Amino acid sequence: MTLALDTLGRLESEAIHIFREVAGEFDRPVILFSGGKDSTLLLHLAIKAFYPAPVPFPLLHVDTGHNFDEVIEFRDRVVAQHGLRLEVAKVQDWIDDGRLQERPDGTRNPLQTVPLLDTITQHKFDAVFGGGRRDEERARAKERIFSLRTAFGQWDPKRQRPELWNLYNGRHRPGEHVRVFPLSNWTELDVWNYIEREGVELPDIYYAHEREVFLRDGMWLAEGPWGTARDGETLVRKTVRYRTVGDGSCTGAVESDAADIHAVIAEVAASRLTERGATRADDRLSEAAMEDRKREGYF
Amino acid sequence: MSDLLRLATAGSVDDGKSTLVGRLLYDTKSVLADTLDAVHRASADRGLATPDLSLLVDGLRSEREQGITIDVAYRYFATPKRSFVLADTPGHVQYTRNTVTGASTAQLAVLLVDARKGVIEQTRRHAAVLALLGVPRLVLAVNKIDLVDYDEVTFSRIAKEFTAHATALGYTEDAVVEIPVSALAGDNVVEKSANTPWYSGPTLLEHLETVPVEPDPHDAPFRFPVQYVIRPRTAEHLDYRGYAGLVAAGTVKPGDEIVVLPSGRRTTVTKIDTADGELTEAAAGQSVTLLLADDIDISRGDLIASAGNAPTVTDDFEATLCWLAEKPLRPGARVLVKHGTRTVQAMVTELRDRFDEQALSSVDSPGSLELNEIGRVSLRLAEPVPLDDYSFSRRTGSFLVIDPSDGSTLAAGLVGAPLPELDAESCTEDGDTAAQDNRALVSPGP
Repeated sequence: MTLALDTLGRLESEAIHIFREVAGEFDRPVILFSGGKDSTLLLHLAIKAFYPAPVPFPLLHVDTGHNFDEVIEFRDRVVAQHGLRLEVAKVQDWIDDGRLQERPDGTRNPLQTVPLLDTITQHKFDAVFGGGRRDEERARAKERIFSLRTAFGQWDPKRQRPELWNLYNGRHRPGEHVRVFPLSNWTELDVWNYIEREGVELPDIYYAHEREVFLRDGMWLAEGPWGTARDGETLVRKTVRYRTVGDGSCTGAVESDAADIHAVIAEVAASRLTERGATRADDRLSEAAMEDRKREGYF
Repeated sequence: MSDLLRLATAGSVDDGKSTLVGRLLYDTKSVLADTLDAVHRASADRGLATPDLSLLVDGLRSEREQGITIDVAYRYFATPKRSFVLADTPGHVQYTRNTVTGASTAQLAVLLVDARKGVIEQTRRHAAVLALLGVPRLVLAVNKIDLVDYDEVTFSRIAKEFTAHATALGYTEDAVVEIPVSALAGDNVVEKSANTPWYSGPTLLEHLETVPVEPDPHDAPFRFPVQYVIRPRTAEHLDYRGYAGLVAAGTVKPGDEIVVLPSGRRTTVTKIDTADGELTEAAAGQSVTLLLADDIDISRGDLIASAGNAPTVTDDFEATLCWLAEKPLRPGARVLVKHGTRTVQAMVTELRDRFDEQALSSVDSPGSLELNEIGRVSLRLAEPVPLDDYSFSRRTGSFLVIDPSDGSTLAAGLVGAPLPELDAESCTEDGDTAAQDNRALVSPGP
């Protein structure tokens, strides 16, 4: 009998260890949960970490109002199934009462930061779990597993604490909080391989389906409450799937016939594009788009 | 063979470390087309004729502006033989703390030197840090070999000097490998180079794919810091009381007799639980939940250990600190010590010595320990804690020193003196010529 863990076993064990550290050291942790694959995986690992007891944290979704219906339906079903508590911060509420203004380009992804920080302050959350992975983007590659944020939610890459062995320092002053990233060391392929191994259910839109889409800046966007094709753009019916699921106005679909998990894994393994580069308009704004958003308090 | 290798890179500014890492990612086809396009565009914008592979890894705005790496970055790549987690650590002296970070979990470190400069102060400092933190294997990548016309004599001289230094730090010869490379041109990184016919060893990637990886110490005595007590209090699990944690060392089976520290109470393990069902055995690295025969008082911060071989419980011990903070450590400092899952108040009662990584010698009773300095101290704790020596277990022999006022991490702590052979006498009196030579190069300290 071999006792050596394989790669997925090591990653799972590390993530469970991180969840338990936070449960042991923080008063008011919360898990960011959008119904996307990374946050669904996060929740799956949290459930395993505290089995057979319930997950000792609530969930928080910052809802841009530009979500895919299938994802919101999935989110609510998962929450009910596991008897979890879900807090929803609606970007629309912040727009309605004037705390936020709609951007000229109609994209709401960058607008999530203020509702997120307001909600963290209001509920006095001191640890906020996110599904960020270091392989996603260059600025994220520099992120710690425990990432201290100021009372303004800001990330200062030059003042990060050294992270030694598997000893995490979560000490913070009143008003500050810590972002925690249990999936830091996972790659996109690890996530999919683990989802297959564990049989984790995901929203259908991660798998190939037919959808009306139009081409903008090299990405296939779907129509929705965030808008539709403009002049010169044509709606066409395509077989597509989503590699990331975020705000509908800036999340593109990829043409794909991968209708089940095995086909998705084969496709991801052979892909020549990163998931964010292929499908996220918000990361294309500049060379340091992610770093700038993180400094402001985004994930 | 393990399918995962955790490695760290270290080197001085301008040794080409980011370029080497970029080359590894590029030549293993771990870089995807859109990322590469962005690098091509940014390189062209800067008027460069060929893509600057360091842009693949230098992710922060100020890093790209200054053309240097500031913070440790983690990279992931895989070949058919192995997956790699690479901690790319910066070379500037003021960022040595990041080398400590990367080294704390590494199974192997790649140290870079510029073939034109050879082994320099930073190389020796980094090697000492890697040895101290117990990184089992080293690779010296002699980079920019193209700029010395692929000269074998230059390479051999650097390799010999480095081997002598590493040996003095306690490495055996088979734990250290030197490879002549050009990260810029790609020589011996992934592909064997035609420019170095005199070199018969592996390329860097071949070595990384085949080097033996020391497994987690399964034959060591069992150690289990309790993270969290799981009490569902549901109808189905009314009396369930499980102790959750990650096995830090050794193995455990149902029926094993254990001792809970610091209380010293003994009992036996009745069940090893996980969300995937019960286990017949758990080993180092696994997150599990232990159920015990007796209902004794156990909470977060306690250590469960094998009854037959438990660590000493003490409130007074000697340790080695890598000081990582701007403000210096002075005798009498009040700090917090985070060891395993327990954080206790502590006082640094004495600065015993400071390690001079250049001369491989020690300076007795320094007045302070400054940023990036390494020294032995005496610590007194507010309550007794079970401690293993770092040389016995990286997981249960390590601790953080934390500033009680602002919560920042001040130092990496290692129980005991992991580099005992580095006393001034033992290093120089045995006629170690490398150490003597190094010493001659060092200017007198303040």
